[in-house]
Amino acid sequence: MADTTATRAKVRWGLLDVAVVVFALTPVLWIMSLSFKTPATLTDGKFIPREWTLENYRTIFATDQFVRALINSIGIALIATTIAVVLGAMAAYAISRLDFPGKRLLIGVSLLIAMFPQVSLVSPLFEIERQLGLFDTWPGLILPYITFALPLAIYTLSAFFKQIPWDLEKAAKMDGATQGQAFRRVIAPLAAPGLFTTAILVFIFCWNDFLFAISLTSTERSRTVPVALSFFTGASQFEDPTGAICAAAVVITVPIILFVLFFQRRIVSGLTSGAVKG
Amino acid sequence: MADIVLDKVSKKFPDGTTAVRDVDLEIADGEFVILVGPSGCGKSTTLNMIAGLEDISSGELRIGGQRVNDKAPRDRDIAMVFQSYALYPNMTVRENMAFPLRLAKLDKETINQKVDQAAKVLELTPLLDRKPANLSGGQRQRVAMGRAIVRQPKAFLMDEPLSNLDAKLRVQMRTVVSRLQKQLGTTTVYVTHDQTEAMTLGDRVVIMRGGAVQQVGPPQELYDHPNNLFVAGFIGSPSMNFLTAKVEEGTLRTALGDVPIGDRIRRELEGADAPRELILGIRPEHFEDAELVDDDTRRRGMEFTAPVDIVESMGSDKYVYLSVEGERATSAELEELAADAGAADFSGAGSNLVTRLSAESTVTEGEDRRVWFNLEKIHLFDPSDGRNLTLHEGRAAGTFAD
Amino acid sequence: MSVNSTPAGADVAADGTDTRNGGHAAVPAQRNNRRGKPPLSENKRAERRLGWLLCAPAAFVMLAVTAYPILYSVWLSLQRYDLRFPAEREFIGLQNYATVLSNEFWWTAFGVTMLITVVTVAVELVLGMGLALIMHRTLVGRGIVRTSALIPYGIVTVVAAFSWRYAWTPGTGYLANLFADSAPLTERASSLAIIMLAEIWKTTPFMALLLMAGLALVPEDLLKAASTDGATAWQRFTKVMLPVMKPAILVALLFRTLDAFRVFDNIYVLTSGANETSSVSMIAYNNLIRGLNLGIGSTMSVLIFITVAIIAFVFVKLFGTAAPGSDDGERR
Repeated sequence: MADTTATRAKVRWGLLDVAVVVFALTPVLWIMSLSFKTPATLTDGKFIPREWTLENYRTIFATDQFVRALINSIGIALIATTIAVVLGAMAAYAISRLDFPGKRLLIGVSLLIAMFPQVSLVSPLFEIERQLGLFDTWPGLILPYITFALPLAIYTLSAFFKQIPWDLEKAAKMDGATQGQAFRRVIAPLAAPGLFTTAILVFIFCWNDFLFAISLTSTERSRTVPVALSFFTGASQFEDPTGAICAAAVVITVPIILFVLFFQRRIVSGLTSGAVKG
Repeated sequence: MADIVLDKVSKKFPDGTTAVRDVDLEIADGEFVILVGPSGCGKSTTLNMIAGLEDISSGELRIGGQRVNDKAPRDRDIAMVFQSYALYPNMTVRENMAFPLRLAKLDKETINQKVDQAAKVLELTPLLDRKPANLSGGQRQRVAMGRAIVRQPKAFLMDEPLSNLDAKLRVQMRTVVSRLQKQLGTTTVYVTHDQTEAMTLGDRVVIMRGGAVQQVGPPQELYDHPNNLFVAGFIGSPSMNFLTAKVEEGTLRTALGDVPIGDRIRRELEGADAPRELILGIRPEHFEDAELVDDDTRRRGMEFTAPVDIVESMGSDKYVYLSVEGERATSAELEELAADAGAADFSGAGSNLVTRLSAESTVTEGEDRRVWFNLEKIHLFDPSDGRNLTLHEGRAAGTFAD
Repeated sequence: MSVNSTPAGADVAADGTDTRNGGHAAVPAQRNNRRGKPPLSENKRAERRLGWLLCAPAAFVMLAVTAYPILYSVWLSLQRYDLRFPAEREFIGLQNYATVLSNEFWWTAFGVTMLITVVTVAVELVLGMGLALIMHRTLVGRGIVRTSALIPYGIVTVVAAFSWRYAWTPGTGYLANLFADSAPLTERASSLAIIMLAEIWKTTPFMALLLMAGLALVPEDLLKAASTDGATAWQRFTKVMLPVMKPAILVALLFRTLDAFRVFDNIYVLTSGANETSSVSMIAYNNLIRGLNLGIGSTMSVLIFITVAIIAFVFVKLFGTAAPGSDDGERR
């Protein structure tokens, strides 16, 4: 009796799970499917390719346009992530551990920036970067990425830092450590998992951006993949860019899927801890 | 090694609350001093101020004769053991214990030698390569101790180091701590809220309440000659019985009968502003089954009859709960003690008397029993300020004495 | 662990500095007490210095890349400044604002943005709550559900947008073929519906994760107590879970509303703003990068900024949220 109700509950949850999985994965599987289709079968409307081909991937990796954009994407996202996490960790440590005037102001400012409409920055940054010679360069994108990633980094990291037992820092001080040593030798190793999680979240954010990338770049020099994708459409060297776009789309989706597969637990805890406690 | 002197040390928080008020304390070199009191009494704040983890608002703190008020913890050369042990989870036992030495930039060989030596003393040698997560509570506690002793500091500070252990282990570790302290002869300040720990461990005990020191002295002295109601009620388990006593016609009217008073107490009570109502305190072990008292002893006390509520046989003796008439003694101190015990709003079975009688007593539940108590050991307190009236030149000698 | 005693002590210290700065005059006795010796010990001053030092770089970057440009943007918005005709640059006061605010396209875009924001956030709240419950309580395959729910969150919006675009392209798409002989992305209503679908798909998981954090705060014993008290599943949800989750819900709503208001990527890829499907971000971008009209583009930037500020303000005033971190240091 109890057994059957338990089974029924499991089946019900199972069906809901399946619904979620299907809903979440269909668009991803669809674009993967398109990327493996041959030009002839591309427009057949079938969800599963009838003929499989790697031609689309070969095409995009043969073009400078895509390879260059991929390098830009990776380089810009990695640099921005590193800087944002380092600066964010410093600020988050101060916020969660130290007492100093201006702390609330900093928290308030980062909250404001988290809510800031990015498009409002596009026109002034466009003009400022043109004047400073940053337009269409890596730093030109890295700067706004760091700025908008910082609130995320600060919130997530402060939440992680707060979970580190406070006594440890006191103990380190009693053991003869300066505040700086207490940070480097005791807190930092404990904070490493939090730093890593934050880095993933920040990387996803930078990797994702489209608005800044399309507004603050004009050539292949610093165009990232999302932007390059949108330019495939008009490019004439492809007869039909759909296959190429899909292949490129799949390529930049791979790291995300890897992150999600391997670090699901961390990402969830990072997002939720930052959201509730931060 | 060094002495520690607190000279009118206070801690005021900027919101106006005073956590510690004018604490004067001289801790001799090598002495083991216990700070004890209910939660919020300021004992941990005092310890943190000695450690340098909290600022001193006013007063002076000297370690080894040197003023250290503005010195960072690292410059005070003292080690601390935390309630949570505060072991670095990312380091092995060896690394944990070596950490202070590495910060002091000692060379590798010396570090290893010192760590091995400390590990041997605390029987941690087989655990040196483990991480704290893989240790039991008692082992962690020992590592925390090891980390403190390894650098041979001027003083040890211990913040309720045993309170996270289970009862049996706590008793065992108590002896370890005590032996270690004697062996090393290092000045030690130990904070606890457990009066048993305070009584068993220290050379001297400092009882604190509301940020102020109530009494300082060797455990037995605090037990026998409490300064005031708070100290009397805080020390001892089961705690002292308190009854109201009215001053009438040269005697004390109490629920146990009229208690005679000696000349000195009488003189004290003759003043115009002398209290008319007092609190009588009797420790459980100063009662005895009247049948078991010999004549000589009988003369030193008095007897009363009361119905027996509950008998708890402990083997070595019997705890007998008696119901007595009369109102419960009240005062700010007693309420605070009850609140600390968590019984502030739960009075239980009414005004019961806890007595500790010999195991040979044939007392049974439900009967009326004749019970004797020792008049030389009773205390009288002024309910308004808690002062012990029976105390004369630091000694308490009952109400009887001249 | 002395979770009890130490953080409490830290709290006092943290509150302390604030009162010390603000309420000094109110406590003269204390000031007297401090006179004649350094007001802060070496320790305390070192702590402050380190705090400022650690925060300075982050604060500097954030302010330099937002505060200065937004002020610059206000200044630009007061000028006629078209990069195609740089010679005509001049100060024209609020004329750009008059132009934009009397422009029909702006108001259409504004309406579209509002519609998208309201519809998507409402739908996401419901779906997100369902997804949060599934992720939190499911008996089977919790890991799989969480992992797949994270994919929409993590995926590049442009990629997802292309997927939806091809799905609805007649001939190519599996979805378009379900509705014979139509081209949904060429009609306004269906275009907007698809944009909203894409938005909802992409951001529901984020909403769900925020809500799940709230769900985790609901004590299991509370639910057990409620069910022994005779509450039905629905009553447990509305009477026990929702009240506890309220702060998390408000935070999620605030963040998602402001995020939805910025909608750009999906529209860019799906319709490029054709058939009056532009959002305010889209129209500002078009004026700036395609039209190279910095004056008008900046005006729109400022207007969007003001709108977002109003939305945030209303949220904070109405629901008293803003709590995400505004009292961060002191709360625990």
